[in-house]
Amino acid sequence: MSEQKKTNIILFSGDYDRAMAAYIIANGAAAYDHDVTIFHTFWGLNALRKDEKLRPSKTFMEKMFGKMMPRGAEKLPLSKMQFAGMGPKMIKNVMKKHNAMPLDDLISMAQEQEITLLACTMTMDLLGLKEEELLDDIKYGGVAAYISEGEDGAINLFI
Amino acid sequence: MNITKTLDAKGLACPMPIVRTKKAIEEVNSGEVLEVVATDAGAKSDLTAWTKSSGHELLETKEEDGVYTFYVEKG
Repeated sequence: MSEQKKTNIILFSGDYDRAMAAYIIANGAAAYDHDVTIFHTFWGLNALRKDEKLRPSKTFMEKMFGKMMPRGAEKLPLSKMQFAGMGPKMIKNVMKKHNAMPLDDLISMAQEQEITLLACTMTMDLLGLKEEELLDDIKYGGVAAYISEGEDGAINLFI
Repeated sequence: MNITKTLDAKGLACPMPIVRTKKAIEEVNSGEVLEVVATDAGAKSDLTAWTKSSGHELLETKEEDGVYTFYVEKG
């Protein structure tokens, strides 16, 4: 086979459906033997949050941000039909019926397939997210980390 | 046709059939045949595209009552 291709996805969005799309593409690309990186920035960082309550030392603003943002993949809202929380419940029911994998499982599958999950440290600072609040075994970086992967990417997506 | 291994991917939705197929093909040797059984309607074009780009050969495809069977020879 030829040289390994690269797929790079920027997950900017913190919507459940958009994150699902990102992780389905990432897992598919890994099955294609691509070297896959998902670069999480801004609201996309919330997909990487652990669902347990942690109390790292934070400023007042950081605490507020932490409270207002969803804690973990399964708490993300939908981009459409949120219906005050009813939407995600309904879609997860339908997903179960159709055997579609929920987002947290897609994320574990991505880690199992050795997809690089990268968290943007600059936006972590802005949103007051600490490393201990995010999933274990992820990497941290900035724009250069993305560019170095992205410059020879066969597929580059911004979601 | 000599089938070395069978993968039951029935009931699995995208992207699982392709993810499982990739794992299963790693367990057979070059020239051996992997049988994949799936019910996801997208699997037909997915498997076809995947075998083509990953250097394997899709020997045969069958469809019966919404069940797709693929025979992939490892490249």
